[in-house]
Amino acid sequence: MEITVIIVKFALIAIIFGISLLTAMYSTYAERKFASFFQDRIGPDRAGPWGIFQPLADGGKLFFKEEIIPTNANLFLFVLGPSLAMLTACMTSAVIPWGTYLTIFDTQVDLQVADINVGILYVFGVVSLGVYGIMVGGWASNNKFALLGAIRAASQNISYEIAMGLSIIAVVMVTGSLSLKDMAVWQGQNAWMVVYQPLGFLIFLICSFAETNRAPFDLPECETELVGGYHTEYSSMKLGFFLFAEYINMFISSAMLSTLYFGGYTFPFMNDLGLSQNMVSILGLVFLLGKIFFFIFLFMWVRWTIPRFRYDQLMRLGWQVLIPLAIINIVLTGIAITFFGS
Amino acid sequence: MMQNVFYFLVFLGLLSAIMVIFSKNPIHSVLYLIITFFAIAGHYILLNAQFLAVVHIIVYAGAIMVLFLFVIMFLNLNTETEPQQSTLVKIAGVIAGGSLFLVFLAALKDSAMITQANPNIEIGLVKNLGKKLFDDYLLPFELVSILFLAALIGAVILGKKEELVAEK
Repeated sequence: MEITVIIVKFALIAIIFGISLLTAMYSTYAERKFASFFQDRIGPDRAGPWGIFQPLADGGKLFFKEEIIPTNANLFLFVLGPSLAMLTACMTSAVIPWGTYLTIFDTQVDLQVADINVGILYVFGVVSLGVYGIMVGGWASNNKFALLGAIRAASQNISYEIAMGLSIIAVVMVTGSLSLKDMAVWQGQNAWMVVYQPLGFLIFLICSFAETNRAPFDLPECETELVGGYHTEYSSMKLGFFLFAEYINMFISSAMLSTLYFGGYTFPFMNDLGLSQNMVSILGLVFLLGKIFFFIFLFMWVRWTIPRFRYDQLMRLGWQVLIPLAIINIVLTGIAITFFGS
Repeated sequence: MMQNVFYFLVFLGLLSAIMVIFSKNPIHSVLYLIITFFAIAGHYILLNAQFLAVVHIIVYAGAIMVLFLFVIMFLNLNTETEPQQSTLVKIAGVIAGGSLFLVFLAALKDSAMITQANPNIEIGLVKNLGKKLFDDYLLPFELVSILFLAALIGAVILGKKEELVAEK
């Protein structure tokens, strides 16, 4: 491999990490502002103008808080838990296409870290690993509430992964590719996937709420029943990692929703406006970020609107409603492809 | 470069496989087993079988091991509650395992390494794999799905057993 390629890829990875961390940071601020709006309050407004330095203050607070590790906790796994949560949250961004390509000093730079031909399966694999951070952390805390939270997280993730995978299969059937880039290009040539797969989109959306442990599915950290859920015993920056991983997951889920169902980086008249390739790529990135921010807003909107599910309702919804619906969706897609062509 | 990666994966896989057996704590065993699966998936990627590697991770590390971990967490095994095996059982175990090892060793000793003359390195890509599976191996593929269905129904019946008995 050429040295420039490696440097370019590393730079791209650094930029993508930067963007996802920055977005996650300001999602916490946005979350609090939206919450205050929905509850008719003012929300954070002390740190800086309109409180825009609030995330920095929160981060600083988490860094400098006293760190407490329970005596009977398994030290290595206790530290491993939040680290794994953070790691798996950051891994997915490698296969998401952020734009077509830029030409910088005669070098063509793809705005995607790795265009592997099983991209969507890679995402699915990382999502299925995401539960380990919570499980390991919850178990290592040696606390009944943390253990219950961890077990809830595990069963919830396994249940909703199935419906999520089944809804993706329908998308793969329509586009005929497992690569996320091909999917985005296909949607640029035809129409947004949500037009072809409205039911699949709905299932995927609900499952991504459940997979990110966001309300109304935040049972693993349900404070009315489990104190703090899986992070009951965590303090300082380890707690920060768990909370931050949730926001990064939200960002990545939004990116996946935009890429799979809302055209990714493509926008109308992409190739007919007569813009230069660099301009098109940058505009594509801006459009993708716009879609992502909309979905992050949707995540927050739902959180502050819908009350939490009960645990048996959650399981019933996953196994008895979403999975059969996803299978029906696959059958319908198959029939449609057979009769109306692809 | 590739060779070094191979040796690293071999080392990682063997070390964590040994640690699975020697860990006192069952949770540690499960976590080492997950590392072993990752090492095996790395081998698949070296063989250009991306699809197999990713499916291996999803199925083993992502689903089966989560369930293992889940069950072990519920059992809450530790040194106080764990039933201590008598020395006799331990010796019997070592003898049985050792005999199996000897059989494997004897079987492998006389086998020759067969290297394919012109290996098709593209076979592991999802497109070629799918074509192969649905052209040449269609019947076994469909039979496997029936086997899975049977296993699923069996699991449901085992899970429902107590309820059925209680109704009678």
